[in-house]
Amino acid sequence: MSVFRSSLNYLAGQLRQIGLFIALIAIVIFFQVATNGITLKPINVTNLIVQNSYILILAVGMVMVIIAGHIDLSVGSVVAFVGAMSGVMITQWNVPWWLAIILCLGVGALVGMWQGFWIAYFGIPAFIVTLAGMLTFRGLTQIALQNKQISPFPDEFRALGSGFLPDLGGGTSAVEPLTLGIGIIATLFLVLKGIRQRRARAKYDVEDEPFAWFLTKLVFTAAMILGITYLLASYRGTPIVLIVLGVLIVVYASVMSNSVFGRHIYAIGGNLNAAALSGIKTKRVTFMLFVNMGVISALAGLVFTAQLNLANPKAGDGFELDAIAAVFIGGAAVTGGIGTVTGAIIGGFIIGLLNNGMSILGVGTEYQQLIKGLVLLGAVAFDVYNKRRSGGR
Amino acid sequence: MTTNILEMRSITKTFPGVKALQDVSLAVKRGHIHAICGENGAGKSTLMKVLSGVYPHGTYEGEIVFENEPVAFKSINDSEASGVVIIHQELALSPFLSIAENIFLGNEQQNNGWIDWNKTNMEAAKLLARVGLKDNPITKIRDIGVGKQQLVEIAKALSKEVKLLILDEPTAALNDEDSAHLLDLMKHLKGQGVTSIMISHKLNEIKAIADEVTIIRDGKLIETLDMHTDDISEERIIKGMVGRDLGSRYPDHTPNIGEELLRVEDWNVYHPLDHQRRVVKDANITVRAGEIVGIAGLMGAGRTELAMSVFGHSYGHNISGTVYKNGVKINTSTVANAIDHGLAYATEDRKRYGLNLIEDIKRNISTVGMHKIAKRGWVDSNQEIVVAEGYRKSMNIKAPTVEALAGKLSGGNQQKVVLSKWMFSDPDVLILDEPTRGIDVGAKYEIYGIINRLADAGKGVIVISSELPELIGICDRIYTIFEGRITADVARGQTTAEFLMQNMTQERDKDKR
Repeated sequence: MSVFRSSLNYLAGQLRQIGLFIALIAIVIFFQVATNGITLKPINVTNLIVQNSYILILAVGMVMVIIAGHIDLSVGSVVAFVGAMSGVMITQWNVPWWLAIILCLGVGALVGMWQGFWIAYFGIPAFIVTLAGMLTFRGLTQIALQNKQISPFPDEFRALGSGFLPDLGGGTSAVEPLTLGIGIIATLFLVLKGIRQRRARAKYDVEDEPFAWFLTKLVFTAAMILGITYLLASYRGTPIVLIVLGVLIVVYASVMSNSVFGRHIYAIGGNLNAAALSGIKTKRVTFMLFVNMGVISALAGLVFTAQLNLANPKAGDGFELDAIAAVFIGGAAVTGGIGTVTGAIIGGFIIGLLNNGMSILGVGTEYQQLIKGLVLLGAVAFDVYNKRRSGGR
Repeated sequence: MTTNILEMRSITKTFPGVKALQDVSLAVKRGHIHAICGENGAGKSTLMKVLSGVYPHGTYEGEIVFENEPVAFKSINDSEASGVVIIHQELALSPFLSIAENIFLGNEQQNNGWIDWNKTNMEAAKLLARVGLKDNPITKIRDIGVGKQQLVEIAKALSKEVKLLILDEPTAALNDEDSAHLLDLMKHLKGQGVTSIMISHKLNEIKAIADEVTIIRDGKLIETLDMHTDDISEERIIKGMVGRDLGSRYPDHTPNIGEELLRVEDWNVYHPLDHQRRVVKDANITVRAGEIVGIAGLMGAGRTELAMSVFGHSYGHNISGTVYKNGVKINTSTVANAIDHGLAYATEDRKRYGLNLIEDIKRNISTVGMHKIAKRGWVDSNQEIVVAEGYRKSMNIKAPTVEALAGKLSGGNQQKVVLSKWMFSDPDVLILDEPTRGIDVGAKYEIYGIINRLADAGKGVIVISSELPELIGICDRIYTIFEGRITADVARGQTTAEFLMQNMTQERDKDKR
């Protein structure tokens, strides 16, 4: 087989991943043109990241749950509940903001234990348990808030949602130096990591990715990060929530690919019986998975509340659906066992871009829903078609 | 002179890489009960699937003549329309519907799309009377036992005006009383002119009710015996089922047997759903270091149930008995415990219980022994590749790289991945359940070699199989199991396939329970 042929075969195998990137780029270009360049203006890119951060955070937890073959419908209500608790703690109990953040993450863990117990040890399907959770935590939110809103929050707390890292240029430079520095370091980190990984794989003779494709991917990723860095630096710098999100992505991407816990999640989603017969403590892993999802939901709740400067009984309504859609657009399998954190993040950006672009264009919410629905259906249909064509399951 | 209701002529059915049936002919006389016998995997079920249209006309060679007309069934619906009804071993009833609804499922008693309940229940009652079932037709299926469910299946077949009834191991899941009732019913139906084909392992049943018996081995027709004229003994049938040369299909091996490694005492297991039914009865087995021990039993005899219940109580209900490792009592009540005590169990059903098919070879291999390549919860991916690559070479797993998906491999290579997975966990005792099922001859030889290497490394190996030549070829000692009870324990060289089959198909001394 010629080099060209084998490269082509490799790319065909990666069709889903490539398709996702191409879709992302196509959507960016489309809106950039349609909105006369507003989409990629520095202020809009900043908004895009800040206003989608909580969906992206939720998508990180959700992709793990879905890989294990479960689902979590309660995350929107948990976001609201944790937001309400943070409001009650800070304004009524006078808990310092930093302690309130820690306690709220603890509340998320408790929520996760509650749901994880019923799912893992009692054997009720996650769909039912989290549907019940969706109702109960919404109810608890309203009880905690006595159906009123709580506002305002202290500035330190609000920074979690809408703050920026300090401007080292003193507000006078055209591009903010700290952001630029972070962007360059992040790019170098990714490039070095990619090269090291490829070297290791080549050493063990399992590398089948054509060099040209590896280079294309690397250049593309670097260009994307540097581009975003430049745009952010030309506005107000690095949003604090982007740092939170970045850490979350890096940590969970490696948890899913290299930790024993992550491997067990894939094993359970891929074949529950085989995992159990291999000595994997399937119930414990499932329980921990939902505890983790609870904490991540709590983090999203804190970010959302901080951003709006408001604890609202109606907060987080429908977030679970956006998070689930992001995960499936990002290539996760409905049957479990397949999916990646980065895929879910890209899926989340696609949803975010659609929301943002259509809002700028003044498309009504009815059409926004319609189009988002069709995109989700199309992405999964593409998956199913692909699998059938390649003779998979 | 009775005429033939069915003639299957020179049937050949090929699956990718395997000839499941080769030039098999079968003639069934009208109004007779015709038994089909053979080891697991001999091709009995395949032949019945060809007959009933599960494998549609055109996917096999040869011709089928039913009621003197050549037929070309494209689906089960076609064969049922002609009066050929097959009842599978796993019953196809819907547990939450009533007996009457199940009987007429897909064939509803209706008026323009509306169910006629009176007619449904009355007709069902008539059919139930024919099969000797006194339950109310509106009883839900899940509220009656397996024995009665089997009768409902037969009633359902009768509702379709069956001319030829095919029963695939009808008594495999039944207790003695229900079995006896079913056999009586079959004789009774014979009196009403229904022809039956029965696939069975139980020779006493065949001897009791069959008119003819056809023996299939390795996808080929061996012989058809007339049970009346020839005065056929069970030994005669067994000889047909197992009689083949043992040749050099097994690698030479000189055992080096040491101390006792594992002992299971007074092991009893009840069925997980039917809590009254004991599926393993007072079993005692031992295995020593360097010893290859066989467990010979037919499907449903309790061999897998025995192994899985010992391995982390993965099967069964109300399990009792003691497990000793190196003479010390151990607790194997969870899979993790069993693995910690050095046990490994490679399942008979690789696809459902053994592998993550959508994951690659290396991650399948590292599943059990992951702690060996992980530090503080983080897996060393490079080490993982090195380990998997090592097994790919030593086990001769045929795949381009260790990142090939397990689901894309052939059966033999999948089995090697499963074995690698367990070898990497470094167990002392390996239980291999049907390690060569669905594997071609060449790969089988390799698997036998691997089993010998494991024994040479001082491990105890238990091989569960229904292929007797295989057990005789590789095991140092063989247990037989029948209806949950260990019926024999013999050393290699002191046994024959006939002796084993005898103990696998009947109890030596008839002390029931």
